[in-house]
Amino acid sequence: MLIEASGISKQFGGVEVLSNIDLDLHIGEIHALLGENGAGKSTFAKILAGVHRPTRGKLKLNGKPVDISSPIAAQKLGIALIHQEPISFPDLSIAENIVMGRQAGGLFSRVPWTKIIEDARRYLDMLDVSLDVMRPMRGLSIANQQMVEIARSLASDSKLIIMDEPTAPLTPREVDTLFKIARRLREEGRTIIFISHRLEEVRVLCDRVTIFRDGAHILTDTIDAVTDEKIIKLMIGRTLKKYMRKHEVTVGETALEISNLSLPGIFEDISFSIRRGEIIGLGGLVGAGRTDVARALFGVAPAATGRITVGGVEAKIDKPADAIKLGLAFVPEDRAGHGIFSTLSVEHNLTATIPDKIAPKGIISRRHEKRISRKAVDDLSIRLASLRQPIIELSGGNQQKSILARWLLTEPEILILDEPTRGIDIGVKAEFYDMIGDLAATGRAILLISSELPELLSLCDRILVMSEGRVTAELPRESATQESIMQAAVPRGIRAA
Amino acid sequence: MTLVRSIFLRREAGILVMIVIFCTAVGLYKPQFLTGQSLKIILLLTPLVMIGAMAQMLVLVARHVDLSIGSMLGFSAMVVGLMYREYPDVYWLLGFPVAILIGAVLGLGNGLLVTIFSLPSIIVTLGTLSLYRGLTFIISDARQINRSVIPTELKVMSRTSPIFDIPWIILIAFGIALMTFIIARHTQLGRQIYALGSNPEAAPLRGIDVTKVTLIVFTLAGALSGLAGILYASRWGFVNPSNTGAGFEFQVIAAVVIGGVSINGGIGTVMGTVLGVLLLGCVAAALPLLGIPGSTQNSIYGAVILIALLIDRSVRQRGINRTSRVVE
Repeated sequence: MLIEASGISKQFGGVEVLSNIDLDLHIGEIHALLGENGAGKSTFAKILAGVHRPTRGKLKLNGKPVDISSPIAAQKLGIALIHQEPISFPDLSIAENIVMGRQAGGLFSRVPWTKIIEDARRYLDMLDVSLDVMRPMRGLSIANQQMVEIARSLASDSKLIIMDEPTAPLTPREVDTLFKIARRLREEGRTIIFISHRLEEVRVLCDRVTIFRDGAHILTDTIDAVTDEKIIKLMIGRTLKKYMRKHEVTVGETALEISNLSLPGIFEDISFSIRRGEIIGLGGLVGAGRTDVARALFGVAPAATGRITVGGVEAKIDKPADAIKLGLAFVPEDRAGHGIFSTLSVEHNLTATIPDKIAPKGIISRRHEKRISRKAVDDLSIRLASLRQPIIELSGGNQQKSILARWLLTEPEILILDEPTRGIDIGVKAEFYDMIGDLAATGRAILLISSELPELLSLCDRILVMSEGRVTAELPRESATQESIMQAAVPRGIRAA
Repeated sequence: MTLVRSIFLRREAGILVMIVIFCTAVGLYKPQFLTGQSLKIILLLTPLVMIGAMAQMLVLVARHVDLSIGSMLGFSAMVVGLMYREYPDVYWLLGFPVAILIGAVLGLGNGLLVTIFSLPSIIVTLGTLSLYRGLTFIISDARQINRSVIPTELKVMSRTSPIFDIPWIILIAFGIALMTFIIARHTQLGRQIYALGSNPEAAPLRGIDVTKVTLIVFTLAGALSGLAGILYASRWGFVNPSNTGAGFEFQVIAAVVIGGVSINGGIGTVMGTVLGVLLLGCVAAALPLLGIPGSTQNSIYGAVILIALLIDRSVRQRGINRTSRVVE
């Protein structure tokens, strides 16, 4: 037995995120850790890796009680945590990133460059990764950054390697490579905790599976002993109900039509149209160019060639202000980076797009601002303590609602939603689905980019699938299935695996 | 990527090219600019800025900034000047450890304020810029330390030379550059400074003692400012409470930024910084030759910084575009 955890609990400011977790990890196994967002998987991983300390409970490593007081202590004990988007020093070389934290000697001792470089090469060779170890980390693909992280864990001879959703940002080919390496590490007698949402991956890779729900341990068993249905049922604690659109919508005239839109090297020859009341899904793998099309439509990074027609009139969209004037709204995927003004109040975030309405005479009217934002908060039932609260204090779902509310205040005719439900919990998700349905029912045209197949299948009238910058399929609601979407999404071009 | 291209992508090459173009242009107009004599003038203009730039480079790489180095220079120089005035018999070399120690204490003060109270260094050192300058006035009674007080041995250091006719003061400055290179490149401390500046959140997760490294960086910046302080007394032969070191931080930050050190931390080399200092030195040496009055020096410096940054940005951007096309 490598790790024996008993009675592990963790509280953050009075909220119990883990309660009484008992879990044993065997030597040389790949152990899947499953659960919904917020089930406590990452917190548990961070406790093992010394990032957090448990409020209660005991940990044993190889039968001996241990206190993992810091990430460095974890590293010395042979425990490595690999984040989905690895933490690194972007300006330092790969070699330095591999050895950082393991140096012997004091601050003024010499850096043994020759040895560092040789070691780094050796560990990367063990992983069959060929990278120039002296190049900086900045600009490395996420897959390669993960490989560097794995090399780092080998360098400290880790016995337990925790991978927190490693496959989410990877292409299928990169996932294959990662799995090969994971299996090899298992053969060497190392233990891997594999945190993932993708059941099919868990099934091909893992030996045993543990399910967390709401911070509690629900089940640990061999993977062959449980069916997918059972796993899903235990994860969500209830049977998954397919979401249904409430309204039957009468489709109106064409709101947006794009033809032959191209941006060399990014996407090519994109044509489609959306009518009022329609929800068009844009599916595909991460990196297929979906977000780029959305950004081109909104004038963030305009296309090089092609035509955009809005409401039957040819439009020129060179910058977001043009798009806003034409009645477009864009809820971006990267909420923290592109969506919110994190230090500003909810109120100021809401009214950021409508300066004219809150300042009818050129000077901002508090009364107008308050009335408008209060109504927006009520309309979308955004849960908050005060309108003046910094938006960053809201939960992810409520932040997302605020961004949607902000765009709705511009009274858009065409909404582009890029992964609107990513990282928000199931309850709020359902509210979002209702909202999107309502928006379509009031005659808006909606372009919904989503990586969640059930979301596309249940919400959209038509689904376009992109792969490698091209539209590879257009599937009507009736005939679309998860399989047909994935078929079209998997890259098959020359560049593909 | 070919070797040539990889060299041209480096910031250092860009500054070198700018120096060559600038000197050639001035030399075509005033041929005496390209003589050994003016090289010496250039070099004599640089030692203080060079030392300050080494200090500032380490601070910027750690994702901090030290605006107080001119005031630390002034205060250290004043303490040493007062020592020479009150104790005329003191051995002249004692001024060096005293200046360095005083500077180190002031720098440590900055570091403590930054680490203990988690204050942004730009605010802390803006405060101590004023505070240390004010203390200089208090300890000196707002009076200047005159030429007669500064030991002759110290003053001749900026003229006499142990080797190759290069004055002591220049050798010391290049010695400091070499020391900084070794610290930055070949000690654990140096790599931790780069790591800290590159990703402050990750640094503690990788076992870096952020407080310790930050304190060392600010203390070192203070110590080097102190050294620059006594060299100021050597070079100019006086210490004035209001002039000594005033505006020094501006020249230093200009040189460092021209030298390619990122104000966002994590990036910067000693070689680039040295070239940045030399480029500013060339500009300063060319101004009197071209008949440009000293009063315009600040605006010229400012323009040089902006031009250097713009040239660098466009050159490197083109280089990066070309490389990425090659990769495809």
